Amino acid sequence: MGNEFPPTIEVIEICLLAGKIMLQGGAETYRVEDTMTRIAASLGIPHSHSYVTPTGIIFSTDGTEPAKLIRISERSTDLYKVTLVNGVSRRISSGELDGKEALERLKEIESADYTFPVYQQILAASIASGCFLIMFLGSWTDFIPAMIAGGLGFVSFIHVHRVVQIKFFSEFIASLLIGLIAYFFVYTGAGTELDKIIIGSVMPLVPGLLITNAVRDLMAGHLVSGLSKGAEAFLTAFAIGAGIALVFTF
Amino acid sequence: MFMLTHMITSFIASAGFGVLFNAPKKSLLKCGFVGMVGWFVYIWLVNWQYDAVISSLIAAFTIAVISQIFAKMYKTPIIIFSVAGIIPLVPGGIAYDAMRNFVENDYNTAIQLAAKAFMISGAIAVGLVISEVINQMIRKVQFKSRI
Repeated sequence: MGNEFPPTIEVIEICLLAGKIMLQGGAETYRVEDTMTRIAASLGIPHSHSYVTPTGIIFSTDGTEPAKLIRISERSTDLYKVTLVNGVSRRISSGELDGKEALERLKEIESADYTFPVYQQILAASIASGCFLIMFLGSWTDFIPAMIAGGLGFVSFIHVHRVVQIKFFSEFIASLLIGLIAYFFVYTGAGTELDKIIIGSVMPLVPGLLITNAVRDLMAGHLVSGLSKGAEAFLTAFAIGAGIALVFTF
Repeated sequence: MFMLTHMITSFIASAGFGVLFNAPKKSLLKCGFVGMVGWFVYIWLVNWQYDAVISSLIAAFTIAVISQIFAKMYKTPIIIFSVAGIIPLVPGGIAYDAMRNFVENDYNTAIQLAAKAFMISGAIAVGLVISEVINQMIRKVQFKSRI
């Protein structure tokens, strides 16, 4: 590391950008705060304060610099970006990267798109649905129906989410479609157990990441983030349940 | 044969979830491994007539311990491994049954099933927390012995 530290305003920018990428990627609150404090400490600001919620980050340093706030409007799951930012933070701490390089690297990470191609995601979702069917003691004859229902449900989730920005609505539509497809398969005789097919195909939509993060945040003392993530998980589960329930009322 | 099928399917399902969560390509197999071990522990205990709540707790604890070891070995955030591993344990089936009974106006059964699903989720959470606590205790002991 060079002898002089970058100006405080630049450090704040680096920290906020790192925090923003991590939070949008689905990292736990305590990890975001920890990373921001670490980066700040290794760039010459030993005392910094951060307040992270799922919808925004407030970061402030001791001194005359104003506290900064950043709004997080869109959240998705991208664990690869979380890993990359984690690596950048490690390299800053060890002195391999100085402020400018770190900022450039972070901007690069933010604008890049590392997600798997959509067809691979759909393939993964449908194969996972089939496997879940077997794990929940379904029979092998239902394997293909579950794969198709899970895959199509995931496709509709992605596409509806592009049109309608409300996440719960796209989950509702996806699970409704899964229910209808499963019902169709059982009705035509291609599938045997309606319950098992639906459970297996709905699994790719289940908010597993949110539930784990909510619990970890609550236990780490981040009560606001934990509760809001728990609420999001509950709403997601409710949307899925409502979509399935609608099929049964017919 | 029964166990083998379960191990293969849980491995593929967990790795598939790694793809959905966009985990790094190198860690996909490890995600699958963590999920496989967790599900193996769960299904083995359930086969031995243990309650689903206790089985979930022990399985979640196992997953968290392995994830922590992997996170240290590969210097990656622990969340990558633990999330993919936890997914198979989520009581989706029971929650579904509960929902179905609610819709069919059988509230007594529905409430029972919902309570069960809640207990299992709580057990998974407790399993994760216990492993976290143990990890912190180990770190503290190591830190003290260094001084």
